[in-house]
Formats: sequence, structure tokens, C-alpha cells
Amino acid sequence: MDIRGALADAPVTGPGRRRHGFTDLARAVRSNRKASAGVILLALFSIMALVPQWLTPYDPQSTSFRPSLAPSLRHLLGTTAYGQDVWSQLVWSARESLLIAVGVGLLATAVSVIVGVAAAYLGGLPDHVLSLVTDVFLVIPTFPLIVVLATYAKSGSLTVLIAVLVVTGWSYGARQLRSQALSVRNREFLEAARVRGERSLYVIVVEILPTMTSLIVANFLGAALYAVLAAAGLQFIGLGNASDLSWGTMLYWAENNSALQVGSPLWEIMPGACVALLGTAFALLNYAFDEISNPALRPAGRRRAARATDS
Amino acid sequence: MRYLIRRIEFFMITLWAALTLNFLLPRLMPGNPALAMMARYRGRVNPQAMHALEVAFGVGTNQSLLEQYLHYLVNTAQGRFGTSLTFFPEPVGSVIMQALPWTLGLVGTTTVMAFVLGTVVGMVSAWRRGGTLDSVLPPIFIMTSAFPYFFTGLLCILIFSVALGWFPLGFSYTLGQPVTLTWAFIGSVLDHAVLPAATILITSIGGWILTMRNNMITTLAEDYVRMARAKGLSPLRIMLHYAGRNALLPNLTGFAMSLGFVISGAILVEYVFSYPGVGFMLLQAVENEDYALMQTLFLLITVAVLVAVVVADLATALLDPRTRARG
Repeated sequence: MDIRGALADAPVTGPGRRRHGFTDLARAVRSNRKASAGVILLALFSIMALVPQWLTPYDPQSTSFRPSLAPSLRHLLGTTAYGQDVWSQLVWSARESLLIAVGVGLLATAVSVIVGVAAAYLGGLPDHVLSLVTDVFLVIPTFPLIVVLATYAKSGSLTVLIAVLVVTGWSYGARQLRSQALSVRNREFLEAARVRGERSLYVIVVEILPTMTSLIVANFLGAALYAVLAAAGLQFIGLGNASDLSWGTMLYWAENNSALQVGSPLWEIMPGACVALLGTAFALLNYAFDEISNPALRPAGRRRAARATDS
Repeated sequence: MRYLIRRIEFFMITLWAALTLNFLLPRLMPGNPALAMMARYRGRVNPQAMHALEVAFGVGTNQSLLEQYLHYLVNTAQGRFGTSLTFFPEPVGSVIMQALPWTLGLVGTTTVMAFVLGTVVGMVSAWRRGGTLDSVLPPIFIMTSAFPYFFTGLLCILIFSVALGWFPLGFSYTLGQPVTLTWAFIGSVLDHAVLPAATILITSIGGWILTMRNNMITTLAEDYVRMARAKGLSPLRIMLHYAGRNALLPNLTGFAMSLGFVISGAILVEYVFSYPGVGFMLLQAVENEDYALMQTLFLLITVAVLVAVVVADLATALLDPRTRARG
């Protein structure tokens, strides 16, 4: 089972009508060790993505060095079989990988919110149809579908990759958001809004969505994690654009040159480690969010006193 | 009853969606990939194969899209999936049958192992809340679950076969060895399976541990668990029969789905280890633009998952009366 299921299946406790202010959130993140670790990792990768030129001495695509050099002070991680500096490549690749994660995360979450909340709010036949579509997308095996789609789309541009990942990645969140929206549908404050004569769109955007903030954020994180792993996998097997600079593409070239076997393992291991760490960042944040929004899951220390009197 | 009907509706519609997707994708994609592929293969494969392709993708016939669609549905229903280009002239069905046992053996075994181990560890770690197990394992497994399968595989290869030389680099047995039921052959198969199996285990067990732990924590707060404690039942009994059993229920669907996904193989793991299973075959089909093989594999995988999900739903309905009531 993949991590998205693991993290998202955690019981969703009914949210009150509390709105997390930004300061609340910041405090929660700081006091949760998993969340802090995730934020720090993410910040490091963001710096790599934003200002790679400050961190690297060479042009990442330049092939002017001696090929397959071992790590040294001039080439921290050595050079590739094509004579590129591995460290420069690694840093510059952060941009595309992060872009895919955030792009797919945002788009997939948007689709989930629209489909899930619309289904719950409209009810009846529209709900039936939308839920059915969600379930169908949920069951159709994602990775094989991505592979098939990416092949037909002729291993194309970044846009194609993002589109494919969004199409295959929205359904999980839609189902969760639907059940969450269903649980608030009959609350009094919504009744009040309806009695006031507010329009549906207003009710959904201003009254319903804020109650689901933490679930929406969790969905974004889950979708981003999924995108990081799936994109790297696709590029690794050669279904990305091979001339792009990204960790998946680095892995592809390294694997094609048997980097592990011929003695330049760093060329292949480092981009893989970056993918794993970026994924870890999203997973940690996701897990921390579960703990923040569901106190029952928090580490036991603070609760032990309560338990002792309990049992 | 209503529940059953809804499940059947879902099954039929998903099946239809997968079939239609399979039919439409090569026809709708920009630049008509089927035509492009045929142009590339012309002259390289014999006319018979060419003709089979033309029929399969509706090229050169004067049929309307609808007629082609009906044709395709009938063919698929009768199990005629076409001819594989990669392994011409073998029909797709028999090609797949060669890969299936490898995948079922490797991925099937490890999936069950990951589920059982993960469930036990998750259960115990929630039971001993705040103990060593509980404070060490979750963070570790959050990390390993975020590892891409192929990265774990590459690490395993680097450490255990390149550096230490303990295990072979890839494939499912030593090439050139006769495929017979001898101890030598079985040993070689096991030897080749260790690293891919470890990779799958490491990456997938974390999800089970975390879900089971979280379910278990919720269940432990239930009144019936407190009641059991008050009755003075043995802790083991409470953990297994009261909390564990109920915490396991929500995971059944997930387990069934992952059993369905066994068919698809762990695509990337099989790729990294050149393991001749279904996932590796799918990638080979992709590489050679062998659309017939690719489509059939996709269909097979979808059907497997679908059957697994529906069976799991029905099992859950049997085991958990609340599902039935909710309809």
C-alpha cells in the first residue's frame, strides 16, 4: 500500500468550525518535530530551486570536463560519463522536480475540491455520477496508466507530464473531501447561511471550504508526494523529456551508463536520494498535519498523564 | 441488496471505462501514434503482422469508429487480444502467461508478507504507545515509504551485489541454467529473488505499519476496549480479539487492492532488477511500441484490481454489518 493511503486513511475527526489562523499554524508547525523537519527540508530544496547559480560553480549542461572523475574539491560529486559536473546537475535539477510537485499538487487538489465538494453539496444524481467517476479513477491502476498515457503522448513536454499526473492523481482526495463535506452538510451554520438566502457558490466557498482547510492541505501534500515519486519513476524509465534537467532524467542517464557498476555510483545515488528526501519532506508534513488536526495521534508523552488516570 | 447492485454497477462501469480508454487512447492522441508506429514497422515485419495491426487499429479499413469499437469489444470478450510485435508471431495471451508466474511469485509473496508483518508491528506499536518500538518505527517508515521503489532497489544493488557481491545483479535465475525442477534451479531462483523482494518489503511495509497503528489507536479509545480491560481480560486477548480485529477491518480493502496490483508487478522494481515479470514486460512493450501487448496488459491489470476491490467490498460487508446498513 502506498503512503498516500496510509496517511490519508487516518480517521478524519469531524472538524469544528474553527479556522486555523496563520499564526496558529506556524506555532503548530514549530512545536511538531516532524513538521519542522519537513519544513526545513523543503526550504533547502526551495533554495536550490530558486538560486542554483549561487550554489554551483559550473554550467550543469557543460560537457567540458573529463568524464567519470571521482569526487574531488573541484567536483564535489565527481563528473558524469559525459563530462558534466554532478553537483551542478543535482542542484539545477531541483527546479523542475519541485515545479512538478507543487504544480501537480495544486492542480490535483483543485480538481479534488471541486469534484468532492460539488458531489457532497449537490447530492442526488449529480453526487451519484461524480462519486462513480471518482471511484472509477481510483481503481484504474495509476502507474500502468501513466506509462501508457506517457507513451502515447510521445514522452513529451513538462506540461504533458503534469497533465498526466493530475489526471491520475486527483481521485483519492476527491473521495475524502466528499465524505468530509458530507459530514458538515447539515450543520446549523450552513442552514443559517441558506436561510439568509446566500447563493450556493457563496456557501461553498465561504462557509464549507474553511472548515476543511487541514484536509485540503493534507491532500495537497499527498498529491505532491505522489507527483514527486511518479514523475521521477517515469523519467527514470525514459518517459520524460531526456534533455530536461531533473533528478529523474539524471537517473535515466546514469542508469543507461550503468553508473553503479562502472564506479560512478554518486551520479545515480545522489539524484535518487534527493527524490527520496523531497518525498520524505512532503510525507513528514503530511503526517504532522494528521497529528495537528487529530490530537489522538500525537506522540504519547503529553498524553501519558491522562492515560494513567484512565486505566 | 441495494449495496450489491451498486457494487455491480460500479464493476461494470469501471470495466467499460477501462475497455473504452484502451480503445480510444491510441486513436485520439495527437499525431495518431498507431499510424506512426506502423509506418516505422512497415517493411520490418511480415505482411501478416502488418495486416493484424491494421485491423487492430482500424487503419486502412473503411469501418466507422463505432464499428471498430464494436469489433474491438467482441474480440476482447472472446479473448482475442491480437499478436505481439515484440514476440511475433506469438499471440499476446501466451506471451503474458510466461511473465505472470514470476510476478505472482515475487510480488504476491512479498505483498502478503508486508501486510502481515506491517499489521503485527503496527498493532504492537500502538498497544505499547510511546514505547521504544512506537517512537523509533513511525519516523523511519515515514521516510522509507517516501523512497521511490527504484531508489531502494538501486541502493540494494549497489551495496549487496556491486560492493559485497552477495547477490546477483538481476534477472530471475542464472541465465543458461536449464529450467528444471532441481534444487540448483530453485536455489538460483531464490537467490535472484532476495534483493527485489527486500526492496518491495522495505518500501511497502511502512504504509501498513502506519495505517494499522493509527486505526489501532482510534480503536483502543473505544468503550468496548475499556470494558474488556475492566473485565480483567488478559492483555493479549484485548489486543488481538478486541482492538486488533476491529482495527484491521478498514485495512482489508487496501490489502485487497494491493493484491490486485500484484498482477501489475512492481513495475519499477522489476525494471531495476531486469526481473522478467509482467511489469518489466509492460515496459518492454512500451519501448517497442507493441500496442497490442501494452493494451492487453493494461486491461489485465485493471480487471485484476477491479475484481480484488469488489471481492474486498463484499468481504467487508460480510464481516462488518455497519457497511451493509450504510448501503
